[in-house]
Amino acid sequence: MADAPVRGPLVARDRLWHPPAYAPGYKTSVTRAPSRALVAAPSTLSEETGPAFGQDMLGELDNNLILNFTGQPAIGERIIMHGRVQDDQGRPVPGALLEIWQANAGGRYRHKKDGYAAPLDPNFGGCGRTVTNAEGRYEFLTIRPGAYPWPNGPNDWRPMHIHISVFGSGFGQRLITQMYFEGDPLIARCPIVNTIKDGSAIEQLVAPLDMSAAIPMDCLAYRFDITLRGRRQTFFENRPEGL
Amino acid sequence: MTKLPYLPETPSQTAGPYVHIGLTPNALGNAGIYPQDLGISPIRDGAKGERITIRGTVTDGAGMILRDALIETWQADAEGLYPAPNEARGQADPNVTGWARVIADFDSGQWTLNTIKPGSVPHTSGGTMAPHISLWVVARGVNIGLQTRIYFEDELAANKKCPILARIEHKDRMRTLLAKKTGNGEYWFEVKLQGEDETIFFDL
Ligand SMILES: [Fe+2]
Repeated sequence: MADAPVRGPLVARDRLWHPPAYAPGYKTSVTRAPSRALVAAPSTLSEETGPAFGQDMLGELDNNLILNFTGQPAIGERIIMHGRVQDDQGRPVPGALLEIWQANAGGRYRHKKDGYAAPLDPNFGGCGRTVTNAEGRYEFLTIRPGAYPWPNGPNDWRPMHIHISVFGSGFGQRLITQMYFEGDPLIARCPIVNTIKDGSAIEQLVAPLDMSAAIPMDCLAYRFDITLRGRRQTFFENRPEGL
Repeated sequence: MTKLPYLPETPSQTAGPYVHIGLTPNALGNAGIYPQDLGISPIRDGAKGERITIRGTVTDGAGMILRDALIETWQADAEGLYPAPNEARGQADPNVTGWARVIADFDSGQWTLNTIKPGSVPHTSGGTMAPHISLWVVARGVNIGLQTRIYFEDELAANKKCPILARIEHKDRMRTLLAKKTGNGEYWFEVKLQGEDETIFFDL
């Protein structure tokens, strides 16, 4: 890897910014939320280190969900999802592993436990992966996922969303979240979105339409930047320890 | 409004019930996209150290075993070195990748990790952390991934000196972090999300 490895203790998570474990509006959390306080301490080498991910492990179509299942195009509105992974100081995070999964254009997942009425698309698998480049940037080509109903309240619907897993340079930065689409009226009604208490934190998950990255006569684009837990200091490999 | 001196972390959302589509598509049966899933094993043939198998479950507050949980594990090699680009102390065993994804069996909910027992790892501010495997647990209904650690009940002396275990105020809860030895190189570890004997979760 060309980039000097990043070291140093991780900044503590702001637990009020993230959703709490117990959020009764999202019913499944009621029996799955720990009831005792987390045991908090500064990060250790076990959280500050993590495996290396390189571009070399990727297949050519890994970030192209329109074609990566059968080679034939999936049905749906073609979109680019793109952005930058950065730390809390806005510095790029290169080499971050991003994995996404989503429902097809009708709101149906390719999963044995999803029995929704909308049909499977024979050409849509629903997952993709990539690794951020030296500038921390990434891009996926996919289709806009459909909204879907789910058992929670009497008539709850998930807004259009793409699940995304992010793996930066340390195991303690591990994060899974969901990207929503600007203008979707289901966002405000969603019990899972609303597990997050702070409206500005929710806004961070709503990707704006990005016409500057859209391709004329081909696809729209949405921009989703991701910020990982920062590190208090940065040591570079070519510097002596402690400098 | 004043500008924060830092950018806030992207907030977490639950992995949901379909996390396997994205993270372990081959194990789910959605073959054909990737040649193999990532994190299928934390070791390769030739890894140095004691081979161990840890089995377990993830249970909720009602005592139900989760069938949709996914656990990621991260550990040092037998010498306590992390196979990481930012490991400054030396080169880890090339046959240890250190990282794995294990999923609850779709029918029984049991998970299995085949690995080597990790070595002790120094703590940044002094002392030595006893051999442990870091876990990150996600599932439907879990709003932010849960951090915990597997320690080993047969590492009594090392556990006594571990500065992270020393942080635990309720000493009777410490046993929730200890993998039980069930046989030669075999351990059992339950993650209990809630209730009596709730596992200790960390904010590290
Ligand atoms: Fe979903």
